[in-house]
Amino acid sequence: MKKTTLLLASTALVMGASGAFAGSHTGSITAVSWGGAYTVSQIEAYHKPWTAATGNKVVSEDYSGGIAEVKAQVEAGNVTWDIIDVEKSDAVRGCDEGLFMEIDPTSLPNGADGSSAVDDFIPGSFTDCAVANIVWSTIFAYDSSVTPNGPASIADFFNPAAFPGKRGLRKSPKANLEMALAADGVASADIYDVLATDEGVDRAFAKLDTIKDIVVWWEAGAQPPQLLADGEVAMTTAYNGRIFNAVAGEGKSFEIVWDAQVLDVDMWAIIKGAPNADLAMEFLKFSTETEQLAAQASYIAYGPARKSSAPFVTTYHSNADLDMGPQMPTAEANLATAIPNDFEFWADNADELNERFNAWLIN
Amino acid sequence: MTDATGPLLAVDGTPLKRKLAQSLFRSRARAFGLALPLLAFIIVVFVYPILDFLGRSVYDARFATLMPMTTEAMADWDGTSQPTEAMADALVLDLVVSKKEKTIGKVATRVNRELSGTRSLFTKTARSAAKFESPFMAALIEKDKDWADLETWQAMKTASRVFTPAYVAAALDRKMLADGSIVQQSEERRIHVKLFWRTMEISFLVTVFCLILGYPIAYLMASLPMRTSNLLLILVLLPFWTSLLVRTTAWIAMLQAQGVMNDLFVVFGLATEDDRFSLIYNKTGTLIAMTHILLPFMILPLFSVMKTISPTYVRAAKSMGATDWTSFWRVYFPQSVPGIGAGALLCFILALGYYITPALVGGQDGQMISNIIDFHMRKSLNWNLAAAMGLIMLVFVLFLFWLYDRIVGIDNMKLG
Repeated sequence: MKKTTLLLASTALVMGASGAFAGSHTGSITAVSWGGAYTVSQIEAYHKPWTAATGNKVVSEDYSGGIAEVKAQVEAGNVTWDIIDVEKSDAVRGCDEGLFMEIDPTSLPNGADGSSAVDDFIPGSFTDCAVANIVWSTIFAYDSSVTPNGPASIADFFNPAAFPGKRGLRKSPKANLEMALAADGVASADIYDVLATDEGVDRAFAKLDTIKDIVVWWEAGAQPPQLLADGEVAMTTAYNGRIFNAVAGEGKSFEIVWDAQVLDVDMWAIIKGAPNADLAMEFLKFSTETEQLAAQASYIAYGPARKSSAPFVTTYHSNADLDMGPQMPTAEANLATAIPNDFEFWADNADELNERFNAWLIN
Repeated sequence: MTDATGPLLAVDGTPLKRKLAQSLFRSRARAFGLALPLLAFIIVVFVYPILDFLGRSVYDARFATLMPMTTEAMADWDGTSQPTEAMADALVLDLVVSKKEKTIGKVATRVNRELSGTRSLFTKTARSAAKFESPFMAALIEKDKDWADLETWQAMKTASRVFTPAYVAAALDRKMLADGSIVQQSEERRIHVKLFWRTMEISFLVTVFCLILGYPIAYLMASLPMRTSNLLLILVLLPFWTSLLVRTTAWIAMLQAQGVMNDLFVVFGLATEDDRFSLIYNKTGTLIAMTHILLPFMILPLFSVMKTISPTYVRAAKSMGATDWTSFWRVYFPQSVPGIGAGALLCFILALGYYITPALVGGQDGQMISNIIDFHMRKSLNWNLAAAMGLIMLVFVLFLFWLYDRIVGIDNMKLG
C-alpha cells in the first residue's frame, strides 16, 4: 500500500514537472542540412534568431543529400528528423513517395514589403511539399594564382588544348550534361529541349568524351575547393557558395566563371510523421521570412528565395568591404547565360540518364 | 537370469533407454535455452531484415496494390495488341483514386523505372482524370499523345507483375519486356556484368597482393623470438585498429598528384614536375588502399597457423639433405596452407563487399559493384534493384564457400 502511494506520488511529481515544461511552450526540433559552411549560415541566420524569439531549440544534424534516410525513417515508422533541407528534385520525389507533409504556400507570412508570399518568392519556389530558402548554382572555378589568364567561358572548360590540366566534375549527369551542351554551342534556353531528344543526349555525352580522360570526379560539395587548393585539378565545377567561402573565408585566389551556371533551389520540407511537426512548421515560416533569408546571405553566397530580401542583402559577416550582392548567382551580371535547372525534366529522366551516365563512366 | 530378457529398468521402473533419452533431451534443451537469446537476436535483427530485403529483388506489389483495377484489366492482355477500352476505363478510375489517396507519385515512380519519362505523364494525367469523360481511351490520348503509345501500356504491364524477375534481369544487364521475354540491354547501358567482373578482378588482385606481402611478415613473426614478434604483431594490429576512413584518407594525402609519393618520385627523377603519376582516383588507388587495409586479415590467420608449425619438421628435412627451398616448399608451406585458405577467403569476401575505399579513391575505373548498390540505395531509391544485386553477390559468395569446401575443405580452415 505504502509502495503504491509512493509510486503515485512520484508519478504525479514527474507529470507535474513535464506539465510545467509544456506550460512554458518551449520545445525542440531537429533540422537536417548539408553541413559545413552552409549549415553554419543556417545556424546563424535561422536557428539562433528563432531560439532567441521563441525559446525553442534547434538540434542541427548533417546529411549528404538524397532522401533514402527519410524513406527509411518513414517506412520504419520511426521518424526522428523534423525538417530537412533538400534539393528540388528530391523535394518533388519525396512528396510523390509520400515522405513529406504538404505545405500551403499561402500560409507563409508576407514579405517585408507587404507582398504576399506567393508573389514574393521567386518562380519555382514551391512544390506541393516544400518551400525554397536559397538559390544556389553550379559554376566552374579555377585558381588564378596558378592560371593567371584563366578560362572565361564554358567552352574553355571543354578545351584542354587551350587550357591544359585536369578537370573536376560532379559524379552525376546533372549539370554536367547541361554544361556540355552549352559548351557545344546550344543556347541556354534550348538546353532542355535538346536534352529531351536521344541525339541531344548523345551530343552531350560526346562533348563529355572530349575531356573524360582528364576528369577527377567529386561527390561532396566540400571536395572541389580542396581539389583546386591541392592543385589536383586546373579547374572544377563546384557549388558557388563553397568557392566563395574558400575565397572570402580562407583567402584563396579562386575565380568563379559564371558562364552557363546551372541555377537550382534548396528547399525546406517537413517529414511526414515528424515528432514536432507543428513546431517545425513554425520554424519553416520563421526561417523563410525576408529578414532571415537576407541575413543568411551575409554568411554564404547563396541567393535568398524571396525577392523582398534583396534590398537587405549587405556585406560579408566578417568583412564590411565585401559586398555580397555581386556574389549571388542571381546577380544581374551573372545571369546572362544562366541555365535554370528544369526539375521536371530531371524527375522524369534522372533514372535513365543516371543509368546511361554510370555506364558511360565504366566503359 | 530371467531379468536379462526384459528391458533394463531404472530405479523408478522406466526403461533405461528412455530415461537416457530424457536426460539427453534435458541437457540439449538447457543448451538450446542458453543460446536462445542470441538466436532470437540474430533472427530478429539480422536474418529477418536480410531476407525481407532480398525479397524485394523479386517482389514488387506497388503497382498491383495501388492500381488494382488496371492490373486486373491488363491481366489477360498479351502486351502486343492494341490496348482495349476496358483497360483505359480501369486506368482512369485507378488514377482518380490514386490522386485522391496521394499515391500517384509511387505509381509514377514505379512505371518510370520501366519507361523513362512517364513520371510526369502519370502525375499530369491524374490531376485531370476526375474530369475525363467516356470514351476514356480518347480522353487519355487527348490529354497526352503518349497514351497512344504501345510502349506506355507495355511499361504498365511489366510494372503490374507482383513477382517479377525484372530486377534480377536488370542487375544482369537484361531487360524484361511486356510479354515476359528477357532481352539484353543496349550496348551503352550495360554496366552491371562488367562491374561484377571488375569487382572480382579487384578482389582477386587484392587477395594476391595481401598474400605476397603478408606471407613473409607472418613467417617472420612466427619464427622470431616472442619479444620481437610481439612488437611486430603490435605494428600489424595498430593500423588494424585505426579507422578505415582515416587510413583511406591518409592514402589520398600520400598518393595524390601533389602528394608525398609523387614528390619523392620527382626528387629522385622518376617523374617530372609536369608529368606526375596518377596513383589515386583510379584502379591503382583502389588496389593500393584496399591491399593495405585488408593486409591484417591475411597476416593474422597466417600467423596463428604458422605459430603451430613445429620447427622440428624443417630441421628434420634439412638433416636429411633437403635444400632450404625444398624444406620450405615441401615441408613448411603445405602446413601453412590452412592459414592461406582462411586468409585468402577472408580477404576475398571482405574485398567483394568493399565500398567506402573505392568510393573515396576509386575515381571512375576503380568503382565496384557495392558503389552501384549504394547509388541505388541512397540516390535513385531503386531498392529493388539494389536488393537484386545484393542477391547475386550473396549467391556468388555462397557458391565460393561451397567451392572452397569442395576443394580445400572448410574444416581445414583455421582462423586462430
